[in-house]
Amino acid sequence: MLIPARALLAVLVLAVVASLATACLDDHTVILATGTTPYDTGLLDELVPLFERETNYRVKVIPVGTGQALEMGRRGDADVVLTHDPDSEEQFVADGFGINRRLLMHNDFVIVGPEDDPAGVRRANDAVTAMRAVFQSEAAFISRGDDSGTNKRELSLWAALGVDPAGQAWYDVAGQGMGATLQVASQRGAYALSDRGTLLALRNVLDLDILFEGDPVLLNTYHVMQVNPERVEGLNDDAAAAFVEFLVSEDAQALIGSYGVAEFGEPLFLPDAGRTEAELGATQ
Amino acid sequence: MDLIWDGIREAFAILAHGDRDVWEITIRSLLISGSATAIALVIGVGVGAVLAFRRFPGRNILVTLVNTGMGLPPVVVGLVVAILLWRSGPFGQFHLIYTPAAIVIAQTVIAAPLVTGFTVAALGALPPQLRTQLYGLGASRLQMLWLVLQEARLPLFAAIMAGFGAAVSEVGASIMVGGNLAGETRVLTTAVVLEVQRGEFDAAIALSLVLLVLIFLVNLVLTSVQQRERA
Repeated sequence: MLIPARALLAVLVLAVVASLATACLDDHTVILATGTTPYDTGLLDELVPLFERETNYRVKVIPVGTGQALEMGRRGDADVVLTHDPDSEEQFVADGFGINRRLLMHNDFVIVGPEDDPAGVRRANDAVTAMRAVFQSEAAFISRGDDSGTNKRELSLWAALGVDPAGQAWYDVAGQGMGATLQVASQRGAYALSDRGTLLALRNVLDLDILFEGDPVLLNTYHVMQVNPERVEGLNDDAAAAFVEFLVSEDAQALIGSYGVAEFGEPLFLPDAGRTEAELGATQ
Repeated sequence: MDLIWDGIREAFAILAHGDRDVWEITIRSLLISGSATAIALVIGVGVGAVLAFRRFPGRNILVTLVNTGMGLPPVVVGLVVAILLWRSGPFGQFHLIYTPAAIVIAQTVIAAPLVTGFTVAALGALPPQLRTQLYGLGASRLQMLWLVLQEARLPLFAAIMAGFGAAVSEVGASIMVGGNLAGETRVLTTAVVLEVQRGEFDAAIALSLVLLVLIFLVNLVLTSVQQRERA
């Protein structure tokens, strides 16, 4: 005798109902499209439950990289975007898709690579010179290649040098998030541009050293924006506004400022709500 | 090698403690893939029986499409389903994107051709006189179908196991339509991907082992029913 048909049917109906039931919670749902770096470090895993406890809302965190996050915003597939490429963000706002753009936090980008540093990146005095060293020595370099904030910054550095490494044998494009890209670089003994936060979070499993840091062009600022409900349909703007306010609130900012201290000895991100980019010495 | 042993040790620790998160993810994987397989079974048997027993123009093309469907890349299914379910898509108003229901839909699309294809083959292998005899004995269409399925039990259960295997091991589509959300749409496969991205290889291996054990146990149950001798 086959498994009792009635039991199978009951399970089936229950599962389908359960699945659909969760789908109906949508008025209380915010879709957050974010760059991968706040996600890979686990920061959002800490922040989001705090928001969900304080309010009735649920947040769906979709890590896709800055470029794709803004695309999702334009289509209305996200209510809030958390990104780190000021140029694209300003374009997003100028095109009418973004409102309520707030500076959230910052860290910096660093150039990482193998300990023996065949390209001599350590000797560089500024970021562009460091990248030139990689380019001229044709040392292996792994690019994000995914239209993310980190990728855009990397490409702008090559552009400042006046070169285009695409297609060169030593230049590989991972097409993945920061964590995955760093792991490729680590396994291959290659250079990469990374945000400090993800690098710290993965330090124990990576065979990479920070070879260059500190140039003001490597400042990495994160902004949060609401998608403009007057431009795009189907958004949960109350929930979205509440979430943005939460992220710049004292509680959230305190959490951001302490995230990573216990485990890594320093915060992975520095909270900035209420300040302007100029105060941070941004040169972008 | 250490990494693998650490992972195995971690897996036993998890199973022993009953780590709540892992249990929650495991049960969710079972429910989602189980539902998808069940729906695929209904579709598979229905469509499979028609394709096996009826002759009509275009039948061969349909059977070919079903067989082609067995090789459908799951990530392509995921992309298409995601585009359809996005708010900006045609079915956006149902708010199914990033919910377990969306994963069930994607996994059903992946499993259904498998179950259908196997069913067509299984039913087609039955002696043609069987159906005539059953009708002759006064069986209704439904009774005939039920009895014929019993006769084809061995390959039919293989179909179910193949469908479940495809559904539960699926990852790309599940991430795209489900979003890998903690506590909502994270299943064993997507959790493994996340742990790897975060460099937590112990946890990734542990979850992989839990997944393998789950698949084994499900197949153990299905196989023992399949192989049961009839009195």
